[in-house]
Amino acid sequence: MEHIPILKIGDCLLVSIQVDMHDRLAIALQNNLTEKIVITKARGVLIDISALEIVDSFIGRTLNNIASMANVLDAITVVVGMRPAVAITLVELGLNLPGVRTALDVDKGLVLIRNSIDDELGEIDAGELN
Amino acid sequence: MIVEADDVLPVRSTEDVVRVRQEVRSRTAAVGFSLVDQTKLITAASEIARNTVIYGGGGTLRLQILQNTTRRGVRLIFEDKGPGIPDIERALTDGYTSGSGLGLGLGGARRLSNEFDIASKPGEGTTITLARWKR
Amino acid sequence: MANAYISLPELISKNQTTLLHDWISLQRQTGAFNRRIKEEVLLEQSRGLLTELCSALQAGAPNDLKATEWSATRKILEEVSGTRTSLGFTPAETATFVFSLKEPIFNLLFAKTDSNVEKQQQEIWGINLLIDKLGLYTTEVAQSARENVIARQQQELIELSTPVVELWEGILALPLIGTLDSERTQVVMENLLERLVTSSAEFAIIDITGVPTVDTLVAQHLIKTVSAARLMGADCIISGIRPQIAQTIVHLGLELNVVSKATMADAFALALRRTGRSVEKRVASPKNGSL
Repeated sequence: MEHIPILKIGDCLLVSIQVDMHDRLAIALQNNLTEKIVITKARGVLIDISALEIVDSFIGRTLNNIASMANVLDAITVVVGMRPAVAITLVELGLNLPGVRTALDVDKGLVLIRNSIDDELGEIDAGELN
Repeated sequence: MIVEADDVLPVRSTEDVVRVRQEVRSRTAAVGFSLVDQTKLITAASEIARNTVIYGGGGTLRLQILQNTTRRGVRLIFEDKGPGIPDIERALTDGYTSGSGLGLGLGGARRLSNEFDIASKPGEGTTITLARWKR
Repeated sequence: MANAYISLPELISKNQTTLLHDWISLQRQTGAFNRRIKEEVLLEQSRGLLTELCSALQAGAPNDLKATEWSATRKILEEVSGTRTSLGFTPAETATFVFSLKEPIFNLLFAKTDSNVEKQQQEIWGINLLIDKLGLYTTEVAQSARENVIARQQQELIELSTPVVELWEGILALPLIGTLDSERTQVVMENLLERLVTSSAEFAIIDITGVPTVDTLVAQHLIKTVSAARLMGADCIISGIRPQIAQTIVHLGLELNVVSKATMADAFALALRRTGRSVEKRVASPKNGSL
């Protein structure tokens, strides 16, 4: 069975989905990612979907689930590179992925994760000072 | 209205759902759909194909290219011999699901199509027809 | 009815000079010669129309202006309509110019010693119908010319009113102008989303100051665009919402769950701030008096 590789960059995990995913592959990705977050103690997960030509409700739900699960495991998920046609279709479908953060590309996604982690640290620091 | 092409594909597994998406992409591209219109019909097809596999116990897809006096379009007819849909109106409501999905499949597919029709008899099966025209 | 013209070509060609003279002096009297049209143009067109009418009749042209025998006449009528429209004449005024040819022709007919009353009546009726057709043809020409202009302007309007402009690195603006229909909104919004990708811009300002009204469908397209942009990782700000549009949106029960600013300037300032930039006025040093 095909397999979607998960790369570790610093304290982030990077996934680039390059194949038209069938449902079991999406579920496998969800399982592998959550395991890998725990093993690597990753703080951020970057999912690049710029190669995906469609995102239907199942794939959309999987992305949402990954974000929620990662959140529970103290990692921030950013989905990057969604194509305009895919975004328009998802909105029409009624799927706004409220739990998912997004960025235009991998670079911007990494910045977003970095800033979110820093903000969190900043808040903690400020809290300790008071 | 002329049916220019008419093919039948099996819709039995989640791998078939992927194949349905690819076939619908090649047909809509051949007819000259814009990228957005292609994506909308492929997504609608993906939703219905998954329902056919999960709820209908598998079935078939008829893929047609249409030509009427002014427009070209693509029509998809999904057929299964499954348990059928007892309450179609409820099934079309966003958020309603008899399974584990989000309940956006049918209603979403209807929004993504120009024409949408469900015929279903409990115990005999379901036929869902969707069509989209080139803008 | 074709018989009605039989003696007419003769009559007109024999008396062409007189007719033209009478017609012109009639137009002088009724004030058709006014500052809007040059006298030599009017003379030339009057002569041309009369000549072509005459040769068409002599060629035995049928009672239908679409026939090939009338092509030269049609051409001169198109020219008449064109020059007059561009000079600001109304279609009615242009048609009246053609209709005014009736009087001199009728005078000529009445002056004929031919006492066959029935035949004369037929001829009058025939020429009456013919000149009506000629006059109405100028109106048709003016109308189709106007329709062409409208169609061209509509096309230009769509092209003109849908530019996506880059205000700053990473900040795009889409100033919408004119009435939005749902088809046009869809195209415009797709263009905007494409540009977000190609210019890798994180902010888009959709300015609707120039949009007089927004209906439910258009408002929904706006909201969908904002949602789609967010899925792609970009933020939209809507600026310039008119009071009426705000009312419409609320009355329609639409939740405009988007960032909105009063003016494009405010939206731009917000986008700059969000991207970590600021604009400040340089305080001129009092010593440095030079500009």
